[in-house]
Amino acid sequence: MTDATAVAPASQPPLSGARMSFAWLGVVPFLLFALLALILPTLEIVIGSFTDQNGGFTLANIAHLFEPSILAAYWISIRISLASAFLGCLFGFLIAVAVGLGGLPPWMRSPILTFSGVASNFAGIPLAFAFLATLGRLGLVTVILRDWFGVNIYALGFNLLSFSGLTITYLFFQIPLMVLIVMPAVDGLRREWREAADILGASSFQYWRMVAIPILWPSLLGTFALLFANSFGAVATAYALTGSSLSIVPILLFAQIRGDVLQDPHLGYALAFGMIVVTGIANGIYIWLRMRSERWLK
Amino acid sequence: MKRNSLWSWIVLVLAVLYFALPLIGTFEFSLKMKRGVYSFEAYRVVLGDPRFQSTFLYSVTMALCTIALGIVIVVPTAYWVRLKLPRWRPIIEFITLLPLVIPPIVVVFGYIRLYNTSSWLPLTGSAWGTNVLLAFGYATLSLPYMYRAVDTGLRAIDVATLTEAAQSLGASWFTIMTRVILPNVSVAVMSGAFLTFAIVIGEFVMAALLSRPAFGPYMQLLGANRAYEPAALAVIAFAITWLCMGLIQLVSRFSKIAPARI
Repeated sequence: MTDATAVAPASQPPLSGARMSFAWLGVVPFLLFALLALILPTLEIVIGSFTDQNGGFTLANIAHLFEPSILAAYWISIRISLASAFLGCLFGFLIAVAVGLGGLPPWMRSPILTFSGVASNFAGIPLAFAFLATLGRLGLVTVILRDWFGVNIYALGFNLLSFSGLTITYLFFQIPLMVLIVMPAVDGLRREWREAADILGASSFQYWRMVAIPILWPSLLGTFALLFANSFGAVATAYALTGSSLSIVPILLFAQIRGDVLQDPHLGYALAFGMIVVTGIANGIYIWLRMRSERWLK
Repeated sequence: MKRNSLWSWIVLVLAVLYFALPLIGTFEFSLKMKRGVYSFEAYRVVLGDPRFQSTFLYSVTMALCTIALGIVIVVPTAYWVRLKLPRWRPIIEFITLLPLVIPPIVVVFGYIRLYNTSSWLPLTGSAWGTNVLLAFGYATLSLPYMYRAVDTGLRAIDVATLTEAAQSLGASWFTIMTRVILPNVSVAVMSGAFLTFAIVIGEFVMAALLSRPAFGPYMQLLGANRAYEPAALAVIAFAITWLCMGLIQLVSRFSKIAPARI
């Protein structure tokens, strides 16, 4: 399978209309790959979550999801994802506006965007190490706050292995991702709109509230949904930070697949199915809003 | 635009603090392995660890295989869709975005159930088969980025004219692909490749659940058992990510100076 076009009706000129009907053969390798590597495995999970041990249809697995411990795991996962997506959007947007609308010198734009590219891909295990070395019990910031300012954040109830700790950690890749995605939208705000608003006597606040934000709204909301799904599916950082001590859904599923905790594979299916539903809804919103916002970016 | 300046600087200072402190903290921590003095002891220990070398080599190899697989799958498809099947575009694009919707942990769970030793295609039964499965998994992870990069690259060239010119000179499809299309989208392919490398090199979930001796699970294991070495690993991983992004910048800048030859 060195070349997809080898499968296509080879060396036929693309002229005759009758031959065109075989053109779809050219994407067969791709579709085969998608089927084997992506679609069939996912279907297996979806079907498995509605199947009992004997292969019959059942809703019992899905019903398991509504047990208090599992609902709690979904709830904390959703809360962390919402918080990190919201704060990521907010700060990412502020940075993008600072860069895009001339508040900062133009030469800073390129380094900031490059760094955003790096940081948005700096996730997983190393990110957890970085935050343990910074906000862990002996981390740099923890020690500086304690020794220089006399503030012991751990005595104040902060814990890196918690809702707030995980949210702060996730922001390290959420904010840069937001900057990268929303930058084109901010660049798409035309100078004329601002000038028109100024001429009509609008204040800065009015311009943002009545012109800029309504235009940007679909892309802001859409990116929010993407960031939500991004942190909802993340496993590695949380696992390296907390082991299995914080029960968020991906960790629960990870333990389930490893066979550490529960023995019923069909509960694993249901957990995974629940994750697909949540990220599917979030991404559906993203794609829909993205299409709506693109007409402003011409 | 002067009114924006003050708060822009405030935002920037806060952002620099938030992003720089973890990096400084990690670097400082990684130097503290020897009591009382700063040293590169943790790096020496990590780099000298034979398991570091073997897992790192394994992940680099996997990354290269994934990139090769990704190019073979994505470039002909994106080209073909542009040339012959513009109507299929939304469907193909939708499929390439699916990996953003389906979390990797769910995909790999599906692999384990679908390709287990008692299934029709028992890939997890052998080390070789599991490696193939992992490469497929990684290829799906990189699919959204790879496809988008290549498709953007193809947009910049006149695919139909190039194809017809090559055909009129008697080129086969294979020649068109390897000697006309690929060289013209090489910058886009390289951007996608470096991004794929950055994603694959430290990937944890898929490798851990398929029990492959990759760099990600090694880092996790070290993190659970050691204090200073993980910080050194984090610095190394950050440097690798930075290198990949720097190379993307470099190749795209290079392409602006010397535009694609036809």
